[in-house]
Amino acid sequence: MAKHHIEAIVNGDAVEFLCETEETLLDVLRDTLNLTGSKEGCASGDCGACSVTLDGRLVCSCLVLGCEVGGRRIETIEGMAKGETLHPLQQRFLEHAALQCGICTPGFLVASKALLERTPEPSEHEIRFWLAGNLCRCTGYDKIVSAVKDAAATMRKG
Amino acid sequence: MRYEAPESVEGAVALLSAATGEARVLAGGTDLLVQMRADVVDPELIVDIKKIAETRAVREEKGGWRIGAAVTGAELKEHAKLKRAWPGVVEAANLIGSTQVQGRATLGGNLCNGSPAADSVPALIAAGAVATLAGPQGRRDLPVEDVMLGPRKLALKKGEIVVSFLLPPRPPRSSDAYLRFIPRTEMDIAVVGAGVSLTLDGAGTISAARVSLGAVAARVLLVQEAAQAIVGSRLDAPAQRRLEAAARAACRPIDDKRGTVEFRTDVAAVLTRRAALIALDRARTS
Repeated sequence: MAKHHIEAIVNGDAVEFLCETEETLLDVLRDTLNLTGSKEGCASGDCGACSVTLDGRLVCSCLVLGCEVGGRRIETIEGMAKGETLHPLQQRFLEHAALQCGICTPGFLVASKALLERTPEPSEHEIRFWLAGNLCRCTGYDKIVSAVKDAAATMRKG
Repeated sequence: MRYEAPESVEGAVALLSAATGEARVLAGGTDLLVQMRADVVDPELIVDIKKIAETRAVREEKGGWRIGAAVTGAELKEHAKLKRAWPGVVEAANLIGSTQVQGRATLGGNLCNGSPAADSVPALIAAGAVATLAGPQGRRDLPVEDVMLGPRKLALKKGEIVVSFLLPPRPPRSSDAYLRFIPRTEMDIAVVGAGVSLTLDGAGTISAARVSLGAVAARVLLVQEAAQAIVGSRLDAPAQRRLEAAARAACRPIDDKRGTVEFRTDVAAVLTRRAALIALDRARTS
C-alpha cells in the first residue's frame, strides 16, 4: 500500500516525510530526516539510546511507529544545543567525563533533560530511577549521575 | 502492513471485524512493536486506538473511576486523585518498564498482551476492576480476571477491543497495594506479583478483601480463599499465617529461568502478606 504522508514538528521545525507502516520513529529520524543523534541499541525499548520526547513525554523512538506521530511535537538530541551553545547538561557531561564511547549519551541527555523539566532538584535516588531505562556499558553511571546533579544546580541558578 | 487510527470505538471494531488476515490493536506499542520486530507477529492490519477519546480518559463515574485502556502509566502516576483512591493499581502500572516505557505503556495493553506476569493485572483484579469491551455485537462488561484465559489467550472475540476499565466506588477505610519480586531493583518481569485490596469497618476489622496473584499460574489468579482467610480479622499473626497458607495453596507455577516452583510458591506467600499489611496501613489512614 501507499506510504503514509506525515507532518510533524521536530525540534521546533515543521517537517513532512513518507514512511511505511513498519518503520519506527527512530528509522524515520535516522534514515529519512538524517537526524542520526538518536541511536539504535536494542530496538526493544530496553536501552534508551533512542530516547526522544513526544509532546513532551519521554519515549523510546524504537517503540513508536513513524505513522503515529502526525501533528505531534518531537524533540531529539539535535534540538538540545542552541547553535554553538551547549545545553548545561551537555556541558556538565563533558566536564564530568560522563561518557566514554558515547553511544548511550544522546539518550541519557534527552532523558535527563525530561527529568529536570519536571524535577528541578532531583535526589540521587530519583535520578537513578528515572534513568534506569538508559543503559551505559562504559561509565558505571556515577559520573552521569554527578553530571545530572551538577547541571540541575546550574539550571536552578538560571 | 496497513495502519489505521480510527477516532471512534465503532470504527475500530468495524476495522477489526472486517480483517481477513492477522490484525492487532496498537495502544502503547511496548509489547506489539517488540513482537513485530522479533517476527513473533506479522499483522496485516494495525488498529491504533489512541485517537479514540474514550480510551485516553480518566474520569470519575458512579463514585468509582473509569480508566481508558490506552491511558499511559506516566499519566496514571500524575493523577493525584486516582492515586489516592487506588494506590495499588497505580503503583502496579508504574512498575512496568522504564520511564520511557511508562510514557507509552497502557493498562489495556498490559492485559491484552496476555502475560501471566503482567504487573498491572493482579492489582486490577484485586481492585475488582471490570473491563468494558466493545465488539460487533455491542458492548459488554467482563471482570478483569475473566479476560485472560492463559498465556497469550484472551476471552475477547473477533473484532472485540478493551475500551476502558471501571474501578468500583471506594467505601471509607479502603485501600490497596501491589508488590512484585524481581531479582534486580528495576526494569524486569515479575517472578511473582501480589495485589491486595481491602476495606476496614469502624473497629478496624477487615470487612472485605480481594487477593490476586500473578506469575504463579498460566493466568493471573483471583484467590478467594486468601481473601476469606483475612476477612473478619485485623490481620493479626494467625490471620497472616492463614493468608500465607491460602496464597501458597493457590500457586500452580512453572519452573523457569526466573524461578523454581518452590521459590515462586514461597515468595507468593511472603508478598501476599506484605501487600496485605501495606493495604491495611493505607486503609487505616485513608
